[in-house]
Amino acid sequence: MLENWANAFAAVFTSRILIFLGKGLLNTLYIASVSIVLSLAFGTILGLMRNSKGHVVRWAATLYIEIVRNIPLVLFIISFRFMTKLPALESGIAAMTVFTSAIIAEVVRGGLNSVGKGQWEAATSQGFSRVKTMWYVIIPQALRRIRSPLVSQFVTTIKDTSFCAVVGTAELSYRSKVAMAQPTIVTAEDIIVLYLLVAMAYYVINRIFAGIARKQRGNAMKGVVR
Amino acid sequence: MSGPFSLYNWKTWFSDWTVFAHGFLRTIYISALGLLFTLVIGIIVGVLLCGKRRVILAICRGYLSFFQNTPLVIQVFIYYNVLPKIGLRLDVITIGVMGLALYTGAYAADIVHSAIKAVPTGQMEAASSQGFSYVQAMVHVILPQAVKIGLPPMTNQAVNLIKNSSVLAIIAGGDLMYFADSWSGDNLIYGPTFVMTGVLYLILCLPISMLARWLEKRSVRNA
Repeated sequence: MLENWANAFAAVFTSRILIFLGKGLLNTLYIASVSIVLSLAFGTILGLMRNSKGHVVRWAATLYIEIVRNIPLVLFIISFRFMTKLPALESGIAAMTVFTSAIIAEVVRGGLNSVGKGQWEAATSQGFSRVKTMWYVIIPQALRRIRSPLVSQFVTTIKDTSFCAVVGTAELSYRSKVAMAQPTIVTAEDIIVLYLLVAMAYYVINRIFAGIARKQRGNAMKGVVR
Repeated sequence: MSGPFSLYNWKTWFSDWTVFAHGFLRTIYISALGLLFTLVIGIIVGVLLCGKRRVILAICRGYLSFFQNTPLVIQVFIYYNVLPKIGLRLDVITIGVMGLALYTGAYAADIVHSAIKAVPTGQMEAASSQGFSYVQAMVHVILPQAVKIGLPPMTNQAVNLIKNSSVLAIIAGGDLMYFADSWSGDNLIYGPTFVMTGVLYLILCLPISMLARWLEKRSVRNA
């Protein structure tokens, strides 16, 4: 019994498998981090558009957000993989950015709307223009409130990269499937150790971000003026 | 007209519509069952999280932590690959329902937990002063009030669950996304397939999303 587990560790913790999975993890982090940066940019623009006064702009942003939010990420992943000529990782990034931007747009909008109307009125009464009110009064307050949900979104995005396994992208989840098919991985114990290792890799990274998000939620609660 | 959206492609897609109807129904079936078990898990774990027994708290927190911080794909891989090896053979539908319920249940428990916490403590005190036991007070006084608070985020989780049911495509689960992936690959018809699959998911998710938004607005108004 104990021998089986010892053998399982020996089978999984070989340099070949660890390097193979490690490269998968790097690809996962690459897809996730580029997607997050791009989604933050596009999501913020979309969120501002959805809150804007222009009818066409607001309508276009609403349409985009509502359609994308209600379709599974996997559909975007397979669409970009099979209908564009992008390389595997980049097609994953494109799909994840299209999807995550819509989610972040909603977070941004929620943050902006959470700042009370009185703040707008007070700033305007002091002679602030719309843009200046937004930049100096609304955004700083909104930012404090959305920092926590945005960091939580990092966790979601890192987890979401695993959906790229559907199209065989060489990220960690797909590579765990490939590693499992190696002739050295045989027994139930081998597979359990392999998947626990992979699960732990995701877990450790996500826990760090989840911890930051929780801390920021605490900070955001402290300075709230209602 | 040629290209991915040619008339021929559309015709071919529609001639095989029953395949997608089949997948669509299976997605609904799996999501409905998944949601049912999600609620069961969410309520049980959410109530337990409000208790004070250290061992139970540690187990519940461990469950939440693991299932929220690892991808659903990996969890499903584990059920699909590990369980048969230890003598537990489950069909893909069971794996799908189980995977979705355990994953979403971890979020549902969080929602139930904070909804209960949001009910003023005076309610529990008043109920016990009237001779209600802890369980009675929970069922008759606290949970009905918590439902109002927890319903909007729970509705959002229902949408997430439906979207996440597409994880079945990875284990050949016969759901809508599986057929979108496999049928398009077999027939090399991508444009109409992906557009129509998107439309079918929208038909499922959009009304529930709109319901969630309406519930949110209502609860803000009543607050």
